[in-house]
Order: sequence, then structure tokens, then C-alpha cells
Amino acid sequence: MADQATFTEQALQYADALYAAALRMTRNAADAEDLLQETYLKAYRAFGSFTEGTNLKAWLYRILTNTYINIYRAKKRRPEESDIEDVEDLYMYHRLSGLEAASAGRSAEEEVLDQFSDLEVKSAIEELPEQFRLAVLLSDVEGFSYKEIADILGIPLGTVMSRLHRGRRALQKSLVELGMRKALVSDQG
Amino acid sequence: MAMEKITDCNEVVSKLYEFLDGELTEERKIVIRSHLDECSPCLEAFEFEAELRAMVSSKSREVCPDYLKDKIASLISNDERKLQNPSE
Repeated sequence: MADQATFTEQALQYADALYAAALRMTRNAADAEDLLQETYLKAYRAFGSFTEGTNLKAWLYRILTNTYINIYRAKKRRPEESDIEDVEDLYMYHRLSGLEAASAGRSAEEEVLDQFSDLEVKSAIEELPEQFRLAVLLSDVEGFSYKEIADILGIPLGTVMSRLHRGRRALQKSLVELGMRKALVSDQG
Repeated sequence: MAMEKITDCNEVVSKLYEFLDGELTEERKIVIRSHLDECSPCLEAFEFEAELRAMVSSKSREVCPDYLKDKIASLISNDERKLQNPSE
């Protein structure tokens, strides 16, 4: 059996990141707490099969993702919502261009980004359909490589790239809509 | 595919994510960078995408509450005890 103190010390340093991912996956704190506990317990029991010196963070994320998919997705039995309305590349940038900067040295586009609160950004991520949400989370928030994401999600590299691409465009669409509600972005074309 | 010339902005934009994700070969990166050096509309678009990414990442951080970390630590130590003394 793996040394408990070693496991706890090494694995708990990723608790903040894993907790954030668990929250975005389950979209509520109670489920996220259960998911995180379940993940750590499974990881501890499987720690003997972890190869020292390889990527512990990616290994923990794989267990987190599998646990989430097995427990929570099965529980909800929601149909896969994969048909999101697509927008073009640079959608948000194009929608924001033409704005006048209020202060020198900052672009108007960057000023708009400052106006979103943490809560709004988190909700925009949580609104993404699951398969896109996980890819965007692992790349944009956690900084995993395409190869690592492919391993964590158990999908081919090409699928990682297409989910990321569509997921990011969907996130931009949702932030632009939010920006319009906050009157940061004009609703004209 | 040596250093072929990319003058087409659409082609550069289509590589935007792979560029920002650090997934391009050194050779391709140089091609994109030299286009960005000479094309300010593309450069601005790339900079915006990078800013957006940084904003999404920094505004979605969480801190795992201490009580939850404690719960996890005790879950693990209880589990170890159970595994060592299955009769308990």
C-alpha cells in the first residue's frame, strides 16, 4: 500500500484546482464536495499503480473526470447536448471592435473584459454543454496540453481540438450575450 | 513544408488556438510570428484572445475550503486503518 502521508501531501496540493473543476462539472457545491472526496479516496486506493515521476496532476484529473462521468452523469441521465449554435472565429473580438477606449493605454476590448465578475465567468463556463465544458476547463483554466486532455478524457487528439474550438466559440457567444445584458456590448450586428 | 509564406490572414487565424496553446512546431510558430509582426489587425486579434483566456482562467479560480481538505485527509487515514485491520 502506498504511504498514506506521502499520498496526502502530494495529492492535496492540487485540491484547489480539482475543487474548481469539480464545481464547474457538478455545478453545485454539495455534489462537488462529494465528488472531490470520492476522487481522493479512489486515487489513494489506486496510488500503487501510479508511476512515480509521471504527471500526478493529470492522473488525479483523470480519476476526477471518470468519477464524475460514472456517478453524476449516470444519475442525471441527461441527453448529450452537443448541438450548440456555432459562431465564427474571433466572434467576441469582432463584436467588441469599434468601441472607444475610456482610458489611454488600454484597449476598449480589454476594458470590457475587466467588467465581467468572477461569478459571471464561472456561470458562463457552467452553461457550456458538458463535453465542451470539460475540454475548455482542462485547457483554458488548467493549462493541460492537447495530449494530456486526450488522455484525461479518453478521446482522440482531433476530438480534443474540435471540442476546444467549438467550446471556446460557445463561451465567447455566451460572454457577448452577457455583455449585451450588461450593456457593455451593443446589440447591433 | 519548409518556411512557406503565409500571407493569408484567414490561415493565420485558423492556427490561432494552436499557437496560443503552444501546440505548433517551432517552424510553424516562426511563420505565424513573422506574420503577426507585419499585420497589426491579426496581432490585435491574437492579443485579445490571449487576454480573454487569461481573464477566464483568473476569474474562475477556487479555494478548496480547509474543512474539506481535513475531511479528505481523515477519509484517507481511516481508509488506511480499515485496509490494515479489516476486522474493525
